[in-house]
Amino acid sequence: MTGRTEPTLDMTSPGQWHRRHLLAIEPLSREEILTVLDVAAAMKEISQRDVKKVPALRGKTVVLLFFEPSTRTRTSFEIAAKRLSADTVSFSVSTSSVSKGETFLDTVLNIQAMAPDAIVVRHRSAGAPYFITNYIDACVINAGDGSHEHPTQALLDAMTVRERLGRLDGLKVAIVGDILHSRVARSNVFLWHKMGSEVWVCGPPTLLPPVFRQWPVRVTYRLEEALEGADVIMVLRLQLERHISLRFPSIREYFQRYGLTRERLKYAKEGVLIMHPGPMNRGIEIESEVADGPYSVILYQVANGIAVRMAVLYLLLGGATG
Amino acid sequence: MRIVMTPEDMSRTLSRMAHEIAEKFNREIAQAVMVGIRTRGLPLAQRLQALLRDVTGVTLPLGVLDITLYRDDLTQIGPAPLVRKTELPFRVTDRPVFLIDDVLFTGRTIRAALDELVDYGRPRTVRLFVLIDRDHRELPIQADVVGQFVATELDEIVHVLLRETDGRDGVVVTRRTEPLDLEALV
Repeated sequence: MTGRTEPTLDMTSPGQWHRRHLLAIEPLSREEILTVLDVAAAMKEISQRDVKKVPALRGKTVVLLFFEPSTRTRTSFEIAAKRLSADTVSFSVSTSSVSKGETFLDTVLNIQAMAPDAIVVRHRSAGAPYFITNYIDACVINAGDGSHEHPTQALLDAMTVRERLGRLDGLKVAIVGDILHSRVARSNVFLWHKMGSEVWVCGPPTLLPPVFRQWPVRVTYRLEEALEGADVIMVLRLQLERHISLRFPSIREYFQRYGLTRERLKYAKEGVLIMHPGPMNRGIEIESEVADGPYSVILYQVANGIAVRMAVLYLLLGGATG
Repeated sequence: MRIVMTPEDMSRTLSRMAHEIAEKFNREIAQAVMVGIRTRGLPLAQRLQALLRDVTGVTLPLGVLDITLYRDDLTQIGPAPLVRKTELPFRVTDRPVFLIDDVLFTGRTIRAALDELVDYGRPRTVRLFVLIDRDHRELPIQADVVGQFVATELDEIVHVLLRETDGRDGVVVTRRTEPLDLEALV
């Protein structure tokens, strides 16, 4: 059930979709991004029905192949596939034969032999999803490859901003934290640049080396400068499991310099959106009062993640080419 | 190219349909909701809503269905067709649903619409109103109120043009290969 009382005649004609895989934001056009977001807006309503399921992908099999731990993204893809009536099979590294010594390629070929229609893959190596496309017939969706890209995360971030601010261009988007290891940052930088917004990246120099100056972004090491007049703040998780603590003196010092606090929010625009791709480290990169505060849209991001993944699965698998 | 309805014909036909709906479904109107099928079923539903208000004094709640995700030919057509919002800002359970579309042809769109509708609840009744019935049904589906029956060949296309979507009103039939000449309608 929608909040609107009168239905609208939507005559905009979004572009068609012709890709077989979703591997990264970088190669997508502005129109392709808008197509995903338009379809995602329509998909969102399905999650609010009594019967949260449509028959569009009946008989399709989606394999979730996760070589890195993930709860949120895997669950989100699984729910998305099920709401479209696809069957899902989850395959995670802890329970798989990879831990018995099988190579990545052998794992992939075995899964190909089971004839899935789509494979959602997360792997610690950048490019692993591209590699797979050479060996299998199924559509491949990148659910995060190393420090490279995480396209559906950037798309759900864009969907959330579009819903809240009604636009994707002319915004100041500040991405704060561990830029070096962040696939979320990379996907978002490409997306916001394509949409015509200004992206600022900010973090300690050890997590934001000079190579990032080649990107279409503004770089700063001062949080206040990144937040100044920002419409959107994306706080990244400190990836402590990647031995990141060697890159600054202490977590306490990190919080003092780069933690998003209520005090620092005053630099941003009134009504700024606070986003976080999760899982959060409260008291490290973000203060609890900010994460739970009125500007936080973190839980809307999670809800929109399902809609965006439904849109991607439908666009890749929905037609005759799927 | 054949002109089936001029703008004047269309407004007379819709007016007659409103009277026929009011007469046939008099007992249901007070509880009923109107649901247009995207794309052109929505402006038609909006017009019938206004006409029914003039005839009966009742303004029925209005919703819209996008049946794309319920199509039975999704795996046979090219790239996935784009989906727009379904918006039903009311509950359908135990209420009469007046379903509105522009053209009734094979009946497959209506089959999809019925499937989608029951995912929202269990309507008391579903009535179907269409502007044009062009025959050639492939499923056992009939309309309750029809604007005009038009005998067509299978290789013909019925173009329903509406001010809201096409800038003008009218109905024309062309061969599949024949271009649509909008100027002929004026």
